Amino acid sequence: MTVLLQAEDLHQQYRLPRERLFGPRPLVQALDGVSFTLHKGRSLGLVGESGSGKSTLARLVMALEAPSEGRVVFDGQDLNALSPAALRRARAGFQMVFQDPYGSLDPRRRVLQTVAEPLAVLHGAGSAEQRERAAEVLDAVGLRASDLDKYPHEFSGGQRQRIAIARALVTRPQLIVADEPVSALDVSVQAQVLNLMQDLQDRFGVTYFFISHDLAVVDLVCDEVIVLQHGRIVEQGDPDTLFRRPQHPYTQRLLAAVPGAALATP
Amino acid sequence: MAELLAVQDLRVTLHTARGPADALRGVSFAMARGDTVGLIGESGCGKSITALALMGLLPEGAQVAGSIRFDGVELTTLPEAQLCQLRGNRIGMVFQEPMTALNPLHTVGHQIGESLRLHKGLSRAAARAEALRLLERVQLPQAAQRLDAYPHQLSGGQRQRVVIAIALACGPDLLIADEPTTALDVTLQREVLALIAELVREDGMGLLLISHDLGVMADTVQRMLVMYGGTVVESGPTAEVFRRLAHPYSRGLFAARPRLGLARGTRLATIAGRVPELADMPAGCPFAPRCGLAIDECRRAPVPPLVVTPGHEVRCLRWEAAAA
Repeated sequence: MTVLLQAEDLHQQYRLPRERLFGPRPLVQALDGVSFTLHKGRSLGLVGESGSGKSTLARLVMALEAPSEGRVVFDGQDLNALSPAALRRARAGFQMVFQDPYGSLDPRRRVLQTVAEPLAVLHGAGSAEQRERAAEVLDAVGLRASDLDKYPHEFSGGQRQRIAIARALVTRPQLIVADEPVSALDVSVQAQVLNLMQDLQDRFGVTYFFISHDLAVVDLVCDEVIVLQHGRIVEQGDPDTLFRRPQHPYTQRLLAAVPGAALATP
Repeated sequence: MAELLAVQDLRVTLHTARGPADALRGVSFAMARGDTVGLIGESGCGKSITALALMGLLPEGAQVAGSIRFDGVELTTLPEAQLCQLRGNRIGMVFQEPMTALNPLHTVGHQIGESLRLHKGLSRAAARAEALRLLERVQLPQAAQRLDAYPHQLSGGQRQRVVIAIALACGPDLLIADEPTTALDVTLQREVLALIAELVREDGMGLLLISHDLGVMADTVQRMLVMYGGTVVESGPTAEVFRRLAHPYSRGLFAARPRLGLARGTRLATIAGRVPELADMPAGCPFAPRCGLAIDECRRAPVPPLVVTPGHEVRCLRWEAAAA
């Protein structure tokens, strides 16, 4: 198996605002030595509660900020050692899907502009090529080419998340970082989007870095899971073993909190 | 037991860009003090509109027909001034998003005391003392110091405790909780639900819990109503509803949820099609266009509630086929 993404001993500190006029600015340790390896075509799940460092880790993997210590190596390249121009080119290889499809799509732009924007920015693609590629990915996520000229408000929540996924796919990335991609969706719509993400993986061999607070979702989609608490990995393994026999008290607590444990399949 | 709340054939028509649309199409249910009832369904099914109708907080221009009787008083025709005396006093509400439900410019102590001063005529000092007692009751750590804190100084779970304290301030008879834990982490979700259940039990009030989460329902309420397209498609004791899943929509919802232990790569069962817009709701069963079992009769006229077992009703002509 080929290694696609490697996180090496990542630390990230943020400075908070001063508490007193002349006092020092307090530090918060958002990530405290996180390492993992993600292989091509696999899915890695990241679970943990608010404040555990999930989103910080996603931002580092996406090279939206640089770690205070450690390296993010994507496809053999240290992302933080690249020149800005080289980093921009490398970004075609990793794209992101955000949680809230109502907030992540610009309401004033047509679907075509939103979906094709990464192409224009990264490749300088012409408008005919943009339209063609955008139509291709819309088809892959189960929307129609005629939807390209519509605005986001004309779509339901699930369709909007499909548009967000189409935008992430348009550069033909190897890695998609999905930060809570289904938690804002209704149950039946959530099922459609999860199925779609899995189908896309089968079809295009995309690798997922999948962040979710929903253990059942991670269990379904991921080959491996990382449990993050206070910026540290407390447990790691394949979901079947990890969720069946959690070793760390924090994982045990997360599992015990899943509602509806009594609900069996009829 | 005396009825606390009786909703009879409640219909709400909203003004939309596409003209009037029926958001609720005949919702009926009743609950007594101490009852815990859940409303479950997806976006646009009418569960939040039901809650807003109960609180008299429907959007401008909404038309209401049918009846809502709260402790013998008809709410649909009650003048605003008298509704104000009920809201936050005898009917408390917990909202989904604690950050938007709280006023960022006032301390939490002030916000909890507000309804006490308004409804119970308490002095500033007495309201403050009572607010402290309430914060302790909702198990907010270091309640005395937190009284003067502003919402932004609290975490999400702490804020939701404050919102619950506000809802409980005047000792309501009915507590309406609209997705109270959706914005919270799972472990906090469990704590907050346990807290609400405990408070409801201690005070003997009625709880109307609104959620899209089947697991939360199974853990929290005695009776549940499954809503779709502005009607209650299935209702009954929670365990009974989950055991039978008599309505094809309840069944579809249940099958669509990811659950722990599914094999990697399993495709979830989905419900074909999507929820029709309010203005496009069909004349018959609202679920018929998406239902594999639908027959011509389903599309002709609204389906009346049919009895599955006493207390368990379903609006589906084909429920026996669905449950088979």
